[in-house]
Amino acid sequence: MTVLEASHVGKRFHDPVNIEILKDISLSIQKGEFVSIIGKSGSGKSTLLYILSTMDTDYEGELRIGQEVMRGKSEKQLARVRNEKIGFVFQFHYLLTEFTALENVMLPGLKLGLYPEEVVRQRALEHLKGLDIEKLAGKKANQLSGGEKQRVAIARALINDPSVIMCDEPTGNLDKKNSLVVFNIFRQLTQEHHQTLLVVTHDEEFAGNTQRIIEMEDGRIIKQ
Amino acid sequence: MNIQLIFRIAGSLLMARWKQTLVAAAGVTFSITMFIALLSFMAGLNDLLDGIMLNRTAHVRIFNEIKPGIHQPVNSAPEYKGSYNFIRSVKSGSSRQEIYNSGAIMQALEKDSRVKGIAPKITAQVFFNDGAIDITGVINGINVQAENNLYHFSEYVPAGNPLDLLNVSNSIILGNGLAGKLTAGIGDVVQVTTVKQERFSLKVVGFYQSGVQELDKVQSFASIGTTQKILGKANDYITDIQVKLNDINQAPALAKEYSQLFQADAEDIQTANAQFETGSFVRTLISYLVGITLLIVAGFGIYNILNMMIYEKMDSIAILKAVGFSGTDVNRIFLVIALSIGLFGGMLGLLFGFLFSWVIGLIPFITAALPTVKTYPIDYNPVFYFIGCSFSIVTTYLAGWAPARKASRVDPVVIIRGK
Repeated sequence: MTVLEASHVGKRFHDPVNIEILKDISLSIQKGEFVSIIGKSGSGKSTLLYILSTMDTDYEGELRIGQEVMRGKSEKQLARVRNEKIGFVFQFHYLLTEFTALENVMLPGLKLGLYPEEVVRQRALEHLKGLDIEKLAGKKANQLSGGEKQRVAIARALINDPSVIMCDEPTGNLDKKNSLVVFNIFRQLTQEHHQTLLVVTHDEEFAGNTQRIIEMEDGRIIKQ
Repeated sequence: MNIQLIFRIAGSLLMARWKQTLVAAAGVTFSITMFIALLSFMAGLNDLLDGIMLNRTAHVRIFNEIKPGIHQPVNSAPEYKGSYNFIRSVKSGSSRQEIYNSGAIMQALEKDSRVKGIAPKITAQVFFNDGAIDITGVINGINVQAENNLYHFSEYVPAGNPLDLLNVSNSIILGNGLAGKLTAGIGDVVQVTTVKQERFSLKVVGFYQSGVQELDKVQSFASIGTTQKILGKANDYITDIQVKLNDINQAPALAKEYSQLFQADAEDIQTANAQFETGSFVRTLISYLVGITLLIVAGFGIYNILNMMIYEKMDSIAILKAVGFSGTDVNRIFLVIALSIGLFGGMLGLLFGFLFSWVIGLIPFITAALPTVKTYPIDYNPVFYFIGCSFSIVTTYLAGWAPARKASRVDPVVIIRGK
């Protein structure tokens, strides 16, 4: 089953001269795949990820998530798509420091409003437990270490059972030991829960262990 | 669910920066406090000053002006119809100060639904005898009860009981200045000579103090019956009918109507005191302007703090948007923040404003002009609280509007990639 499909996606910046950052990118990701996108700095891999994540709407070509075409959707509808179908893990953790770890995980679930608050809480606790950090539930986000924050971010990405989790350099800011922990979590998610993962990274070792590698250079896919 | 969530996030953002929140709210509180206190105080003073005059002035005064007759007989004579008649030195000899048929007029007025009440009056010119010296003065014959109900007469009688005018025969209330000249105390008897050289002895039962010294030096009050007796007139002799209306704005129209209906002169309060309303209007305008300026300044404070908060919370806004909050949601979060600052600050402001004006109301304010006023006057008008409350919400909404819009337009990609 195709979870995400991009056909002939391109992007240009017009400031001050026309620069083509992405050229004719076509790719599709199947359910349960663990895909990594690698490439040098400036190869356009992050730009591609933000287009695929629906946050960047200024592109050419077509993007489908599930079977839905993303072009022409309002900002509100796209927000709904992100809430429902996409989970995010960023390089810089990005937790809301005003909330506890548990509340951070619950937030997208509460926004979706599919379950009552108590159920969302239970589910969030289960995810935290699955990632071995249930004892951190009551701590404020800024009291956590880097590795812990990233695990809370993963739990948050999982809360709405998204069809795909997108990660931008998830281990870029972590030491070796924590990188390994995060990678093992990802592998476990794909193997045991058939979770689809799309990871942008420049960590060759990390990418080498994923199922499928998409390599980019100068805005094109050169190998997949 | 969504709204509840928005309130929760807004609450957390507020509490995370509670010192800033408190400063912003304090700004609103301060301005609302000053707004309420200022307006209550100003309105209280205005009412007081208005009252000095309004309380004692009839809305419509019906009287008979002594003046030469407009219709001279020669003008009616058929043989002089076509000519222009010059008449010099016309005397107002046949004209009387008395209102004709006063009893019937008063009955008609009392039945009129637009009239709140009437108080008949007689003015008599007299001389007060102080040994060999005669002091000119005026005795106003009044109906004490009507005068009390309509014009708060007893508030201007700091010593003695006004009702004694009815209970004690041949009694008088002297103006403060007049009593000083006569060195008369309560219970003393003063001698009065009328214009027609008749002498009367009147017993002093109280003092009158209007606040206008010139008046207090000549004015005195007696019952209508006593005054009629002094003047040697029958008991239907009335020179003035003071009419108080339910709606003061009807006075000019009614004065015209009564003047035609009763064949007498009628003067309305607006014509008699034109300059008066202007002053009172300008004072009110100034206090509103100052109050609203305070609120606008507080609004800018909120605007600044929200703007700063948005720059600080860029990351949070980006992450909220990434995990599925729309621009509208973010907009609402910041509007809720602004409005809760306004509401919280505003409510405290109303409370402090009330306390502050209450404290002002305790400060002693003793003036010769207003014998019954002991402290500063305060008008606890609910309208001020209503205006203050709604204005605090409106200003904070406007102050929050631009920052909230800015927050809703934050592009998460720029923030997340920008690191």
